Amino acid sequence: MSGVSLRNVSKSYGDVTVIPDLSLDIAEGEFVVFVGPSGCGKSTTLRMIAGLEKVTSGQIVIGDRDVTWVKPKERDIAMVFQSYALYPHMNVAENMSFALRLAKRPKAEIEERLRVAADMLELTPYLDRKPKDLSGGQRQRVAMGRSIVRDAYVFLFDEPLSNLDAKLRSSMRTELALLHKKLDRTMVYVTHDQIEAMTMADRIVIMKDGHIQQVGSPKDVYNTPRNTFVATFMGSPSMTLIPAELSDDGGTTFVSGDGFRLPVPDRLKEAVRNSARRQVTLGLRPEHFAAEARTNNFAPVDLTVKVSEYVGSSQYLAAQLGPHAITAAVEVGPEADLLTDGTYHFDTSRMYLFDTQTEQAL
Amino acid sequence: MTAELPAPVAKPRFESGFLTPYAFITPALLVMLGGLLYPVIMAFYLSFYDWEIGRDLEDAPFVGMTNFARMMTDPQVWEVLWVTIRFGFWTITIEMTLGVALALLLEKPIRGASVFRTIFILPLMVSPVVVGLIWRYLFDARIGWINYYLGAWFGIEPQVWLGDAQLAFFAIVFTDIWQWTPFIFIIVIAGLQALPSEVVEASTIDGANWYQQIFLVKLPMIKSILVIALLMRLIDVFRGMEVMLIMTGGGPGRSTELLSLHIYNRAFETQQLGYASAISVLLIAIVFGISTLILTMANPMKSRADV
Repeated sequence: MSGVSLRNVSKSYGDVTVIPDLSLDIAEGEFVVFVGPSGCGKSTTLRMIAGLEKVTSGQIVIGDRDVTWVKPKERDIAMVFQSYALYPHMNVAENMSFALRLAKRPKAEIEERLRVAADMLELTPYLDRKPKDLSGGQRQRVAMGRSIVRDAYVFLFDEPLSNLDAKLRSSMRTELALLHKKLDRTMVYVTHDQIEAMTMADRIVIMKDGHIQQVGSPKDVYNTPRNTFVATFMGSPSMTLIPAELSDDGGTTFVSGDGFRLPVPDRLKEAVRNSARRQVTLGLRPEHFAAEARTNNFAPVDLTVKVSEYVGSSQYLAAQLGPHAITAAVEVGPEADLLTDGTYHFDTSRMYLFDTQTEQAL
Repeated sequence: MTAELPAPVAKPRFESGFLTPYAFITPALLVMLGGLLYPVIMAFYLSFYDWEIGRDLEDAPFVGMTNFARMMTDPQVWEVLWVTIRFGFWTITIEMTLGVALALLLEKPIRGASVFRTIFILPLMVSPVVVGLIWRYLFDARIGWINYYLGAWFGIEPQVWLGDAQLAFFAIVFTDIWQWTPFIFIIVIAGLQALPSEVVEASTIDGANWYQQIFLVKLPMIKSILVIALLMRLIDVFRGMEVMLIMTGGGPGRSTELLSLHIYNRAFETQQLGYASAISVLLIAIVFGISTLILTMANPMKSRADV
């Protein structure tokens, strides 16, 4: 298949192994986002695809070509860096055309490609400026422009939006998604921000300690996290995990613990029956709490609210469920005051259960 | 509802601490005035007098522009100026090339790089007087190591290094390169190591090969550092004299007599202090002119923000 493939890739620095064994296939034209906490090996993986780091073992294939030992410039890739990495002594046009000029492309072609890319990114008025005379967002665009003019087979992004302020970041997210549609190229994107991953990716690769935890669409990884790490990493505010126990009572299985007793939904019945252990970890997403029961699936829970944060359409509650600290995001109307202690409702059809020992989802 | 506010306090005429910055620069200013400006003014003043050591300055006859007029037509002054320019050209060209090349070679964290770096900067730590002495003995025609090893290894006849005009010039150029290449090296390597690695990586991905990376990315990015290094070396060339004084005394003839050594000889060997001062004024004018030219052509303070 074409696209990008990593086969049993590993990377060690001396005695320190950063990536033990990683395999992944990225389809042509796909937008794949690597996400994980710092030090999880996501940037190293990207840099190995780029050829900036050599693999310790394994194989890297780009567009049906084994590039494991090929130099970066011969891999047909373009890369955008976190710090933008613009050449400070060149103006915008020179920055963007540097690769083409090095490749000795005809002048007319360089100008045409430069014009198209500058148009697309609205950089035309700034072509004569030096990077230091541009704002952060404009520099970011130039960095993108530099990769667009290359028209490479794969675009690599190493946390390109981390240095931007929140508002600009969200508008650049939209532009990037748009860019992906326009260019229809394979894109590999690294970030520690799960919102960037959720909003832009066709597929998300969640990594921890050099291992892939789960690969799937944003919908998959949010709704069916494979383990507690993925469950807590994806989604904001993050999922609360509580130790609990399974019990049967008159044909219904309950998951209960100090201060709560919730019926296990149909979705999980099979898995619960097959589970050897009765000790489980219960996962509750904050957004599945509500002030009132909306369906039969909602079960009452008593919360002691320590702090409530007003965030507009919802309030985030830092609360206690029995002895357990939990977070709840409760939707409120415009008239609502700050929420206090009381009985709230949880949508039990959306609960998650994990094996306490293996941390894998049931 | 508007609360009663207390009556507004008048804005202080001077903010407290208004004098603090001046207090901090005063000592440096005093040292500059006493140690730098005063001698320069005195040199300028003396250049209008015919003064000898031992005579009171008040008794020195005022000679007006005579010293300057004499200087303009003095073939010795033009000769040493030419020697200085040739010396500066060869030393600075070779030192810059060699220093930058060494820095580029030892920039990567290869095994033993730090040992090499330390060895390379050792010459910088030797006082110029000692450098002069060391190389005078090394170049010595009878007992010098250089003649000995040239003979032992290559079968080359002993040369009178410091007694031949061309060989002596070569010797002082060589010595200067030995001592000052490390200076360029250490400044450039510091600049190279401060370069953001992502920019260099970006150029790798853009397809720059090794020398394109050096000439199109790395060196342009440390341009301001190169300019400063060049400037300091240029000023040093017009200032330096100890090494030549000890190695050759400026000879044979005037083949190794640099401008500042010439001024020294005029002032203290031939007791022409007024005339020597006039030549110093020329030296100050030249150095000032060169520095201004370089700083306007490539303002290192301004482009500092580039990196």
